[in-house]
Amino acid sequence: MSASDYSSALGLAAAVVLLCAVVTLWRRSLGSIVRVLAVQGLALACVAMVIGIDQHDAGLMVVAVLVLAAKAIVVPTLITRVVRHDPASRETQPLVNVPASLVAAGALTFLAFAATRSVTLLVPTTAGRLIPLGLAAMLVGFFALVTRRKAVSQIVGILLVDNGVALVAFLATAGVPLIVELGASLDVMLAVVVLQVLATQLRARHGSLDLDQLTELHD
Amino acid sequence: MSTVFHLTGVAVASGVQVVAIAAGGPVLVGAMRKVRCRLEGRIGPPILQPLRDIRKLFRKERIRPDQSTWIFPLAPVVLVATVAVAAAITPLVTTEPALGSSSDLFALVYLLLVGSTLLALAGMDAGTAFGGMGSSRAVTIGALAEPALLVTILALSFTAHSSNLPAIVRATLADPGSLATPQRLFALGALLIVIVAESGRLPVDNPATHLELTMIHEAMILEYAGPDLALVTVGEAMRLTLLLGIFVNLVVPWGMSTSTNVVGIAVGLVALAAKVAAVGVALAIFEVCSAKVRLFRLPELLAGAFVLALLGVVSGLVVR
Repeated sequence: MSASDYSSALGLAAAVVLLCAVVTLWRRSLGSIVRVLAVQGLALACVAMVIGIDQHDAGLMVVAVLVLAAKAIVVPTLITRVVRHDPASRETQPLVNVPASLVAAGALTFLAFAATRSVTLLVPTTAGRLIPLGLAAMLVGFFALVTRRKAVSQIVGILLVDNGVALVAFLATAGVPLIVELGASLDVMLAVVVLQVLATQLRARHGSLDLDQLTELHD
Repeated sequence: MSTVFHLTGVAVASGVQVVAIAAGGPVLVGAMRKVRCRLEGRIGPPILQPLRDIRKLFRKERIRPDQSTWIFPLAPVVLVATVAVAAAITPLVTTEPALGSSSDLFALVYLLLVGSTLLALAGMDAGTAFGGMGSSRAVTIGALAEPALLVTILALSFTAHSSNLPAIVRATLADPGSLATPQRLFALGALLIVIVAESGRLPVDNPATHLELTMIHEAMILEYAGPDLALVTVGEAMRLTLLLGIFVNLVVPWGMSTSTNVVGIAVGLVALAAKVAAVGVALAIFEVCSAKVRLFRLPELLAGAFVLALLGVVSGLVVR
């Protein structure tokens, strides 16, 4: 792979990760948000694969396949199941309206760009320059987390943050050790399973997944 | 002597571009209508029907509202004139149009805006409720689309380090790899949304409707009749074609003539017609599949275009 091919492929994949994070703020239906999340997992796997191929690192390629399986297939399938069983949570109800969230996402992207200035100087590689995109995806995930009130949208927010962290890890360290990535991915899968159980319990107790109802005490 | 030949060639190329846009515009509109009709299971009017309609309108009597001022007859003329000037200086058939150095994207945007603004004023000029409503909606959409468009231009100008349209196209031809960069892809996505919004196509405005609650552009030009209406129709069709032409040449610049000889211009013309027809048909198919967005949800769509362009700018700063 030539240097320019490598840098444009890596840049494209990393930019798609950030784009997917922003699109989750744009779309209203949870079904399409979960599909966007799957695309984000795919783009993340591409980032790992491109770095792996460039550095002839078989371990990183295995990690890429694992990321693909976990974040692009298993996790979205699990969330889709929750959404399908709960008709009330098909649409997100953001506390901040969509145009304002999008503008906030743009501002967060610039914030990430300004904040990572010194970090990108420390990692003067092609991958290192893309770190702002990962941090921006993470910040957008945090934003989704604080402005969405449905349990499922909060899971999506956590996953966005996790994908952002994973992207920064891939770009900054040129590949994390297999065991660390395995731990992180399994951790997230476990979290999704726990949240699924929690969501089922919530629905059974309160009849909805609206987290605002948890502010009142029940017997 | 060679300078004279060159200047003549450049002038001929620009003339060809204006004629192609003026004649091709109504045909493109007719073709898009035909595609939509066919997909909806109807036969639809012939592709050349818009041209016949325009000819019919030009023969009709000139009727203007009693209370209207000089703005009303001026707006259609200015609309057609600004689009024609823009068509002459943008790289459509050749990468070296006349006055190419002044073919800056910012200048083009505001040149086209002169026509839209006058049309919005003319909508209010007659003093009817519909005209005012249509103008207000059209201006709202324009105001929402403008920031997205300006940031898009910024993202597009990364490759050539210039917002000059011929320079961007030439830089893309010299380095096709720049097409696959995220800044270019995001900017083109945003540009497509803005073009759809500015030219009043679905999902922003339904060009086929006369339902009073939903029409935007049709409400604005409701008072026009006869030759004035013909000019407005021609102007709108030309603007759609010009915007799509600029878009396709940013996506696939190949086929454009880099010289101004006869063969080059002919090849460029055929390439332009094929590319614009392809994207027009794709747009028509998309229109059949999509529903009109509620007016109050339009800010979401255009804010999406704005953020897409913004991501393009950020990617342009990071990816090198």
